[in-house]
Amino acid sequence: MADLTSNFLGIKSPNPFWLASAPPTDKAYNVNRAFEAGWGGVSWKTLGEDPHIVNVNGPRYSTMMSNDRRVIGFNNIELITDRPFQVNLKEMRQVKRDWPDRALVASVMFPMNEESWAKHIPIIEDTGIDGFELNFGCPHGMSERGMGAAVGQVPEYIKQATEWCKKYATVPVIVKLTPNITDVIYPAEACLEGGADAVSLINTINSIMRVDYDSLTMFPTTGGMGTHGGYCGEAVKPIALNMVAEIARNEKTKNLPISGIGGVTTWKDAVDFLALGASNVQVCTAAMVYGFKIVEDMKTGLSNFLDEKGMNSVDELIGKAVPSVTDWKFLNLNHVDKAVIDQEKCIKCGRCHIVCEDTSHQAINYSNDEGNRVFTVDDTECVGCNLCVSVCPIVDCITMVAMESGTDPRTGKVITSEPADWTTHENNPLKVS
Amino acid sequence: MSNNKLKSEGVNIQSHRLSKKEIEDNFSDLHAPLTQIEALIEADRCYFCYDAPCTKACPSDIDVPGFIQSIRSDNLTGAAEKILSENIFGGMCARDCPTEELCQQACVRNDHEDKPVEIGLLQRYATDSVLDNGVKLFSRKKDTGKSIAVVGAGPAGISCAHRLSVLGHNITVYDAKDKLGGLNEYGIAAYKSTHDFAQQELDYILDIGGINIETGMELGKQITLDDLQKQFDAVFLGCGLGTVNQLNLDNENISGVIDAVEYIANLRQTSNKDELMVGKNIVVVGGGMTAIDIAVQSKLLGAEQVTIAYRRGKNAMAASEYEQALAKKHDVQIQYHLSPKQLISNESNVSAMEFDVMKSHNDGSIKATGESLTLKADVVFKAIGQKLVTEGLADNNLELEKGRIVVDKNRKTSLTKVWAGGDCILDGDNLTVSAVQDGKLAAISINETLTQGA
Repeated sequence: MADLTSNFLGIKSPNPFWLASAPPTDKAYNVNRAFEAGWGGVSWKTLGEDPHIVNVNGPRYSTMMSNDRRVIGFNNIELITDRPFQVNLKEMRQVKRDWPDRALVASVMFPMNEESWAKHIPIIEDTGIDGFELNFGCPHGMSERGMGAAVGQVPEYIKQATEWCKKYATVPVIVKLTPNITDVIYPAEACLEGGADAVSLINTINSIMRVDYDSLTMFPTTGGMGTHGGYCGEAVKPIALNMVAEIARNEKTKNLPISGIGGVTTWKDAVDFLALGASNVQVCTAAMVYGFKIVEDMKTGLSNFLDEKGMNSVDELIGKAVPSVTDWKFLNLNHVDKAVIDQEKCIKCGRCHIVCEDTSHQAINYSNDEGNRVFTVDDTECVGCNLCVSVCPIVDCITMVAMESGTDPRTGKVITSEPADWTTHENNPLKVS
Repeated sequence: MSNNKLKSEGVNIQSHRLSKKEIEDNFSDLHAPLTQIEALIEADRCYFCYDAPCTKACPSDIDVPGFIQSIRSDNLTGAAEKILSENIFGGMCARDCPTEELCQQACVRNDHEDKPVEIGLLQRYATDSVLDNGVKLFSRKKDTGKSIAVVGAGPAGISCAHRLSVLGHNITVYDAKDKLGGLNEYGIAAYKSTHDFAQQELDYILDIGGINIETGMELGKQITLDDLQKQFDAVFLGCGLGTVNQLNLDNENISGVIDAVEYIANLRQTSNKDELMVGKNIVVVGGGMTAIDIAVQSKLLGAEQVTIAYRRGKNAMAASEYEQALAKKHDVQIQYHLSPKQLISNESNVSAMEFDVMKSHNDGSIKATGESLTLKADVVFKAIGQKLVTEGLADNNLELEKGRIVVDKNRKTSLTKVWAGGDCILDGDNLTVSAVQDGKLAAISINETLTQGA
């Protein structure tokens, strides 16, 4: 059995699955249940200044569902903890005492003045927590008050607040980033400059779920009026993975440890984050949709996967896929893929044909000889775009196969093993010669 | 002619074999309708195939992936419109089509999981929605001033009448019976058309207007084809098959030997099914849907032993494999290779039936083996096919072949002003859906003919 223990910034946990700062980590009751269920750590629901904030007394959450009512995306307008500061501290102290082997990180959000950080950080650290996570990501409510994403969207503020926290903390400081920005590299570099020990990402994405088709108001509302909330769940994972990978492959930030967040629902999602550069993962939506028990499969799934890969620990997986991520301009333009349809597996639905015909390259031919439907790839038109593979309902029925030799019948160019990319392409006005 | 009424024969033929409640339960919906969540999940299973095989397999050209996509998006009116614009009896066809041989047999999901999309149930889900809510989907075009006679108010005739009405023509529908609907009302198994669905559907269809109904009018009696051709701009014959084939055995008219079609019609029309006379031991002669329907319904009414005796082998049976399985599920015995030899009776009633045991040969023929088999029978149902009543047709130079009306691809007969469709035409396949398609195609052709040069 592979070793699932995790050491993130010196913070040890029995597995790399932490619960993200969110409703599931709001109080000792939930966190105790999470640890009993087997979660490796938690980031306690974000603490702020007293008087504590208040929440709406109407819908805080809503979902985007498939027709079988599986949750695909999730949105919330809940704010940071709505309990008194001291109540949280008391519970955190007790929980850390009761669960010394689990990671307990305090998520915090304070205004942009040093006094507030100076006042709160040492008291919180005194509870025995393992680290801080600075919530610079919450995109609703708190951002209207100059905190959360309002900080995370300005690199100078990130740097400043990180410096303040580092000044008054002795435990590691993780900065949680918002995806509601143009390029995640700017905030990530600001974290580094501010002395952050790590970043965690992504926080939720600004969103409105839909309208109410009867009232034609946005949905959901609190008594008729609504506001945008933070979007998360499976649907956001690809956005999160890109941001994680960007930081992991950026020269300046590549050694900055990352805690991966965004739609982790199964162990496979964790593999995605870890391989693309995260050192652990944090989960919220999956727990809020299925309960804490889902961590069991996450753990056995990841462990079995590592075994199959011949890896002894999670550490061996971290960053494995990062070298495969590059800029578009470095992609090998001499590489040629062609779609290949396995006629034995093909069920003749024709989806590949019609999407290629209507929206792409007219490269899948259709013949119907008295009900005998046959779909075949026309290599003289196929550009290897992968659309057919992407819509085919049958696993491995259509595959992309690289041409190893000969001539590409579409372009008439001879296949070569010599790579060539856009930087040297004749059509590139800025080509390097 | 045989005696088509069953008389009480003590324990052998009696009513109230089951309680009213048991019979009500037995004759409830064969397939419960889908709930909304079931429909959404089932709709999600559709792959939205290109040039979809299910649509190709539908005799009435329904755009199946199209209507399923509309179910998926909660656009039930759009879904129903896609169905009903091709097949105005989409509601009944959703209930009685042999989907396992048509659309669902063609579903590509059979290829890898042997579980097609439940197209029939989805079609019912969509059509029930507009029928139950009275959503009006069709309206009449400007009056053309043309009038058309439709003979027969079954699926073919009403389909034709509805389409003609949409196109702005004025229609008079004649039917020999008191109630409209033809086999939808008198023939289809009761558990496929519950809660008086046939009449509900007819009300919905006829709500279009422009369709005048004349019941109790039988061709060759109260009306003649000659007169209709003179009075109307066009005539559509959808009169079905008015009489049944006989066994041609010596004592065929003895008590207890009756036409299945007649009994089913009674069963459909009675409000107290528990009062129907039901045999203890029943033999059904035949191999089509009617044979299955009478056998299963006899079981549901409380018959103890029901046997279908069919002349040929399993594969030759006109009833689909699904229908055969349905019969077996209801404890109906199906015996193949039994050809009627003679009816055996006691003093007042049939008591048994003797069969020649047959054998199928590779050339498709069957021959007697010389052996015989006798089945105990208090009631023998004849379900060996129906035939066209040719009185009222033959004298008009209407071309017939094999006792059926000959039509071209537009469902036009040999007569200039006469079209025909449904079971009465040559190559009619006894399916509601095909009858509806005939009526629709005939209406389109009639409209083209009547509006030429207009």
